[in-house]
Amino acid sequence: MSRYVIKRLAQAVGVLWAAYTVSFLVLDFLPGDPVSAMAGAGADSAEIDPAQLAALRHQYGFDKPVLVQYADYLGRAVRGDFGDSVSTGRAVTATLTDALPQTLQLTGAALLLAVVIGGGLAVLATYTRQRWLRQLLLSLPPLGVSVPTFWVGLVLVEAFSFRLRWFPAFGNDGLRGLVLPAVTLAVPTGALVAQVLAKSLLTALDQAYVETARAKGAGRWRIHLRHALRNASLPALTVVGLLVGQLIAGAVVVETVFSRDGLGRVTAAAVTAQDIPLVQGVVVFGALIFVLSNLIVDLVYPLLDPRIVVASSRKASFA
Amino acid sequence: MTGPVTNESRTGEDVTTALLEIRGLSVSYDTRGGPVPAVRGVDLDVRPGEVTAVVGESGSGKSTTAHAIIRLLAANGRIDAGTIRFGRHDLTTLSEAELRTVRGAQIGLVPQDPSVSLNPVKRVGEQVAEVLRIHGLATRRTAPSEAIAVLGQAGLPDPATCARQYPHELSGGMRQRALIAVAIAAKPKLIIADEPTSALDVTVQRVILDQLQHLTEEYGTTVLLVTHDLGVAADRAQRVVVMSQGQVVETGPTRAILEDPQHAYTRQLLASAPSLTTARPAATVSTSTADTATAPLVEVRNAVKEFRLPRAAGESRTLRAVDDVSFTLHRGQTLALVGESGSGKSTTARLVLRLTDPTAGRVLFDGADVTTARGAGARQLRRRAQLVYQNPYASLDPRFSIGEVITEPLRAFKVGDRRSRLDRARELLDRVALPASTLDRRPAELSGGQRQRVAIARALALSPDLVVCDEPVSALDVSVQAQVLDLLAELQADTGVAYLFISHDLAVVRQIAHQVAVMRSGRIVEAGTVEELFTHPGHEYTRELLAAIPGGRHASPAAEPTTT
Amino acid sequence: MSQSLVVDTSEAAVGPARPVDPGTGTSPGPGRRVEARRVLRFLLRRPGLLASVLVVVLVVLASFWPGLFTSRDPLKGVSSQNFRSPSSEHWFGTDELGRDLFSRVVHGAQLSLKATLIAVAVAFVVGGLLGLVAGFVGRWVDDVLMRFVDVLLSIPALFLSLALVTALGYGTVKVAVAVGIASVAGFARVARSEVLRVRQAVFVEASRSCGARWYSVLGRHVLPNAAGPVVVLATLELGTAILAVSALSFLGYGAPPPAPEWGTLISDGRNYLGNAWWLTALPGLVIAATVLATNRIARALDGEWSRQR
Repeated sequence: MSRYVIKRLAQAVGVLWAAYTVSFLVLDFLPGDPVSAMAGAGADSAEIDPAQLAALRHQYGFDKPVLVQYADYLGRAVRGDFGDSVSTGRAVTATLTDALPQTLQLTGAALLLAVVIGGGLAVLATYTRQRWLRQLLLSLPPLGVSVPTFWVGLVLVEAFSFRLRWFPAFGNDGLRGLVLPAVTLAVPTGALVAQVLAKSLLTALDQAYVETARAKGAGRWRIHLRHALRNASLPALTVVGLLVGQLIAGAVVVETVFSRDGLGRVTAAAVTAQDIPLVQGVVVFGALIFVLSNLIVDLVYPLLDPRIVVASSRKASFA
Repeated sequence: MTGPVTNESRTGEDVTTALLEIRGLSVSYDTRGGPVPAVRGVDLDVRPGEVTAVVGESGSGKSTTAHAIIRLLAANGRIDAGTIRFGRHDLTTLSEAELRTVRGAQIGLVPQDPSVSLNPVKRVGEQVAEVLRIHGLATRRTAPSEAIAVLGQAGLPDPATCARQYPHELSGGMRQRALIAVAIAAKPKLIIADEPTSALDVTVQRVILDQLQHLTEEYGTTVLLVTHDLGVAADRAQRVVVMSQGQVVETGPTRAILEDPQHAYTRQLLASAPSLTTARPAATVSTSTADTATAPLVEVRNAVKEFRLPRAAGESRTLRAVDDVSFTLHRGQTLALVGESGSGKSTTARLVLRLTDPTAGRVLFDGADVTTARGAGARQLRRRAQLVYQNPYASLDPRFSIGEVITEPLRAFKVGDRRSRLDRARELLDRVALPASTLDRRPAELSGGQRQRVAIARALALSPDLVVCDEPVSALDVSVQAQVLDLLAELQADTGVAYLFISHDLAVVRQIAHQVAVMRSGRIVEAGTVEELFTHPGHEYTRELLAAIPGGRHASPAAEPTTT
Repeated sequence: MSQSLVVDTSEAAVGPARPVDPGTGTSPGPGRRVEARRVLRFLLRRPGLLASVLVVVLVVLASFWPGLFTSRDPLKGVSSQNFRSPSSEHWFGTDELGRDLFSRVVHGAQLSLKATLIAVAVAFVVGGLLGLVAGFVGRWVDDVLMRFVDVLLSIPALFLSLALVTALGYGTVKVAVAVGIASVAGFARVARSEVLRVRQAVFVEASRSCGARWYSVLGRHVLPNAAGPVVVLATLELGTAILAVSALSFLGYGAPPPAPEWGTLISDGRNYLGNAWWLTALPGLVIAATVLATNRIARALDGEWSRQR
């Protein structure tokens, strides 16, 4: 087992490094002169003092060759230092870690909602024998992935904050304030979970082993949950791992809609201010969360699917 | 085993009541184009303690009939009419809940393909225990040990270990035994075995069938055996029901059906069943023992092919798929490579065609060393050596018209222009007995046998010296098999083409080949002429293969005692 | 010389074959009419799909000839008529400056459609090529390209788009390119797996073993058979791109203010949530309807494709 874990860990580190490199290429390389962009973002006026530019250039090391810059930045990034934000002057890492808890709360709640509601919908839709109910339930996920997230948020605010006054429209206050943003963020995610799970449930129910189970005299519910769902949850699990990254990204929009503090707001503000170190920090951070969640999925997977188990751990499972 | 039944009159229904009595059963499937009948007015009796075989080709409705008994039809299947009396019940009128007490408990099912019929994420023991738990025959505590006992009854050598394993850790034969265990766990009165061995190698097939037979003898279980192989039915069943196009065409005691078939279809089936027709003239195989003095067309010397396996448990390993194989093939002759799956026969064929590179050894084609031929040399070989694949459904591009398929080799070698190529295609279609109108059709519109004819036509387009046939008939129904084999023999007689014929089926090989080489684990264990090999098999494994040919017990009991 | 001879004989051979042909109906005229009728029947049996096609047609018409739908100016408003709720005069109501919202949505279609098409084109061409090369060449090329794709996949799409927007700057085209690049990885994956699937198909080996050269195998077998799922993905991507572009313009990185891009419209309307619900709700519905329609069409293509196989 340890070999498997080490291999996965090494892959994760490799992906992170490459993600850093891509973000470096995009952000520090693409715009001919990042410093004037940054200086322009910092100061309102278009006129920038050349001396000031040169000082900035020196401060950020842009007067050195690209490879040296890259090595410098990478070395610092490994130690968790992504430099300072251009617009606020605070350290990027501190800015991000401060904003993280709010966003984790939001995405965690949204993920839970998405899995429970999306999964339940898929199970119910594939179990029911009522044609109309099945059609109705199966038509919801395509709808969920087709509506713009920010629009769902605004409609919810309109209905539940301005009309019904059940939940606050803005801000970070407590559980009540979390409901609408979490639901908003859960809509596209839950819809995807439902789509994938329903599809793989239908596939699983078509397999020969289901017929074997029916020939045993097993009831429909038993077949559905013990045979089909167990197999069908594997592809859905992979999708959930992929979705965590999308959830974090979705937080950018949702936090903007609900004026919540968090990683997403920081990101939106950083892009608006063309705050390159901060944007770079966010990109690498997003990749980190993506890699971590997939690492967890990879580690959980063998527990659910015996076929994945690698040779070295196989002996252990028999003992 | 056929003792008490043989004397029975074939028409007179005897007094012993049938365990299962089907009357006027009709089943249809709903499709886009409306309902399609699959079974039409079938009457069928299964008597207690007997093995009753339902024999038919694909589309005959035999499988549908078997599944209709326990109402396990596909979602779009429907029983339109008829009764299925089992004991006191009419199964067609039972509610779903009542049916569940019959399924598994009173009627067990052994499914067709063991590789997909076990739940991949559950331990084998659990899956057997589930039957006992569902029907309240064991408690949570006793179920595991009882499951192990049942696995032992089903003939698994180390049932306690198997019970803890997952399906993917078992071989195909072991999985099928695990499925037999599932079927017999609740000691049902009737077991329905739906093509239980068609996905397995012949030697394994024999063991599984022995196991099923043993169960009927030991516990008096009744078996309804669905099979496409008349040979299997002949060996194992007391009674045979022959189905064709959704209807029962003939039914009666096995011996009577085999020796005195009444219906034309049964006679046709008997005539084309390779395993039963030892006396069948070997197609029209040219008996001219080609002048072996001339240089051989293909010569393989000490060929070795190793594959690197994905690294498992640290060290990298290699698999020797072909291990020191040598043979020669002369013009106008057929050499058959026979072996079970994984024996290296297909890899050997690919070496000859230069579709893969040998690790060691040499391949000579018409005297020239083509072992390392590249570019022009390899293309020249492509022109003179062609391939016919096993699966006619996969080997034709679904987007091509048949005309495009057949002319593709001509176009590749820039032979003639569009018109002349189409002419050639028409001529080739005529050769393989397909109408010229086939030219504009797509592969999807043709049957399996027709597609294989098209593949043969494509292989012959460039008038090659050698055609490698990789299991060319194993995906086809027996009657179609016979036609394609006849066609191959006829074409050889006309054009003098040499065949390298790959097959797992000795019975098929006997009809078409001049020389036979038996392969096992990458090695040729025995080679010789067809007559030598079939009459005086030298190697233990060859004898085993010969004995495993179904129908052998009926047709030539002499082959039986050589093994065990 | 021999050439002409060959032609002659084939002419003779074709002659008698002719009478058989009309029965199968291969002449192009009736064939196409039959095909059209078949498509029509296919659509009529699926009212949802028909509606989807209609929606897409309307959006395309609106982006090329907005005058077909409205004669009002999307940028000029009558300030005395501000915040009118939807009525027969102003179907979608008016905004804070008294501009007709329906006219703004109709004119916005052009910007949004342009951005969407650019995004999908970038993703399709770059991703498709990457996947094709990786799948067809194989070996180390495949390894290198796919590792790169893995990295792109590991950065959440919106973050990648945001990074690109930060680097490239604001504007419809730049946003579209950023969205497109963020989708490259998905296309590369699908294209590669399709190419691999087809390349390993028996009929491709059959073609190779009967002497066809690699380029003819690629052109005649691999591309036509692998294209389907990639085209389906592109159709799906239309919807995804509409959403992503509108999200970015909602965040304020799209076309500058007076331009009526769909995402910007909703973003503007956000300030009047309490008193003018239509300013956010109706443009959002238009986006949702368009995305739903393209997704439905993609599903139909997918279904038809898988049935063909």
